[in-house]
Amino acid sequence: MQLETTINGNKIVLDFAGGEFLAETLRRYGYLSVKEGCDTGSCGLCTVWLDGAPVLSCTTLTARMEDHEITTIEALNVEAEEFAQFLVAEGAEQCGFCAPGFTMTVLAMRRELKHPTVESINHYLAGNLCRCSGYKGQMRAIVKYMGVE
Amino acid sequence: MLEIENIIFPANLGEALATVRGIPGSVVLGGCGYLRLGSRKIRTAIDLARLGLDKIVETADTVEIGAMVTLRDVETDALTVGLAGGVLAKSVENIVGVQLRKCVTLGGSVAGRYPFSDPITALMAVDAELLFHGRGVISLQDYLEGKWGRDILVKIIVPKRQWIAAFTSVRKSVTDYAVLNCAVSKSGQDYRVVVGSRPSRALRVTTAENFLRENGLTKKSAVRAGELAAESLQFGDNPRGSGEYRKKICPVLVKRALLEVLDAA
Repeated sequence: MQLETTINGNKIVLDFAGGEFLAETLRRYGYLSVKEGCDTGSCGLCTVWLDGAPVLSCTTLTARMEDHEITTIEALNVEAEEFAQFLVAEGAEQCGFCAPGFTMTVLAMRRELKHPTVESINHYLAGNLCRCSGYKGQMRAIVKYMGVE
Repeated sequence: MLEIENIIFPANLGEALATVRGIPGSVVLGGCGYLRLGSRKIRTAIDLARLGLDKIVETADTVEIGAMVTLRDVETDALTVGLAGGVLAKSVENIVGVQLRKCVTLGGSVAGRYPFSDPITALMAVDAELLFHGRGVISLQDYLEGKWGRDILVKIIVPKRQWIAAFTSVRKSVTDYAVLNCAVSKSGQDYRVVVGSRPSRALRVTTAENFLRENGLTKKSAVRAGELAAESLQFGDNPRGSGEYRKKICPVLVKRALLEVLDAA
């Protein structure tokens, strides 16, 4: 099958199998920041933006992507770098495998939450799992990044 | 692994219905959250994503939620947040994460009649109805109980009565499926008590509803209504919990939900 979509601002024609999900397609086309973790829709590692909203690319059918805008972290280097500095300052990164998906969710959250609180941040990030950081350092970094008093 | 030979994007509901009835074995796609978990070969998939069923609309008497509205939109849209104390929005807010809720649809949850569904339990507590393109409007309860032919779910309709409602659940972790869920509502002297994920499908508990209608809602009657629910329902085992455990926590969840309603009344 074939369709035209936009990835990181560039129009592209994708070839894909009928039952293929977006995570697999994106990786095949070289967007290797998109990680496949649990592959069951639970871990958030494969998070990309679809028309500006965070979605799980492992649960999004590629066949539905006609005329949509897909954004991966490759297109958000400046914002991601800014957030990364907060993570580094708190020693909050370890293996980094979850970082692209996690960062995509954090950047979406910053745009969406007008008055963030620790509680609303926790709720927003509940779908992103990290198996080595223990979350404490990440939360310290996010609270500062989001400007929570 | 999911294999789909052919995906059809119908141009209108009539074409969608003709396709689902005309091609045996064809599958209507919702959010694909559960479909993707299994290994399945589908010859023809019908995708409703281009039919404009992703809107939440208010009428004089109802709030109508399109079948392709995502759970994230149910959670955040002002119309659903303001509906019956936000019971429907609250029922979906802990389903995995924001990103999954932005993928999966309310229509997919309802049409699939998933017994572990949180929103089905909440929708039953506010007398939701379903509009199918072929057979018209039927109540959610009738849909869950009956055997129906192949059809296209268009929207979920919630009547705008003066509901005061609450949703409670027990989960092993915040974002897991519910071990047991419960929704209750009060409209005047009319009550709904619904328990789901037993682990079989959600059921109204008429013994508890009648008891509340006759005795009114107090701290004491809330306890008794919970006991009646546990006595009236059948509970089973699954990997998330035993039937015995579910029977123990049922009165607690019902009581908590009723006390929440009592506080809000």
